[in-house]
Amino acid sequence: MWIYEKKLQYPVRVSTCNPKLAKYLIEQYGGADGELAAALRYLNQRYSIPDKVIGLLTDIGTEEFAHLEMIATMVYKLTKDATPEQLKEAGLDAHYVTHDNALFYHNAAGVPWTAAYIQAKGDPIADLYEDIAAEEKARATYQWIINMSDDPDLNDGLRFLREREIIHAQRFREAVEILKEERDRKKFF
Amino acid sequence: MFTTRKQYHPYVSPFDPCQPIRTKTYVTPPNLYIAFQPPNLPQFPLHEALKKGTLWKVFYDPYYSPYEMAHKGDGQ
Repeated sequence: MWIYEKKLQYPVRVSTCNPKLAKYLIEQYGGADGELAAALRYLNQRYSIPDKVIGLLTDIGTEEFAHLEMIATMVYKLTKDATPEQLKEAGLDAHYVTHDNALFYHNAAGVPWTAAYIQAKGDPIADLYEDIAAEEKARATYQWIINMSDDPDLNDGLRFLREREIIHAQRFREAVEILKEERDRKKFF
Repeated sequence: MFTTRKQYHPYVSPFDPCQPIRTKTYVTPPNLYIAFQPPNLPQFPLHEALKKGTLWKVFYDPYYSPYEMAHKGDGQ
């Protein structure tokens, strides 16, 4: 069960009307290593992983939905008042024809989200290593989006999200350490 | 000095069609260097931590675009 708090994890501000940035950001919405893929990947893997690390997958999977909401807000703000002409200039004409100004789970190239992006191997180490890789890929994606963006307020939010990817990767690495059960390093925090 | 920004210099052909990028960079975030977080690490003040995205100073490694670096010159 979840309890919903009606606010964003981190405030989302957008300083310029730039639908093109929405086109890039949608990668983190419905892309292979986006927030939706992350949330569904972790929350699904919980059922077949040792008890000690289930809580971690629950926590991080839940936080990914909070990130998804931030990305959605960014995309929404960047496109809500854009005219069809502006969307066309931003390369979102095909999106407009199919979805109007609605959000949709696809990547920056318009490929719809698919469950094939995520995996559940049932092997705890294999699954956690996939999770670590997913976090590093998401971190890299945020770097490339920051490189493409000239909106300081938006980048501020993206930097927060990228920092969270670093922390998640760290916690998944610690989960691997827990499963390795090194007897001399039984320090929990 | 330790940095989470690494560089390498790829081969450049005299016949490359685009202006060659002689120095390529990549990021090696702090989580790569800490297997299991040791206890009692330095923390940010709580409100600062909420803004930075982490409580722990050792894991804070913000990324700025080349554009931002040129215009602000902070970070990293």
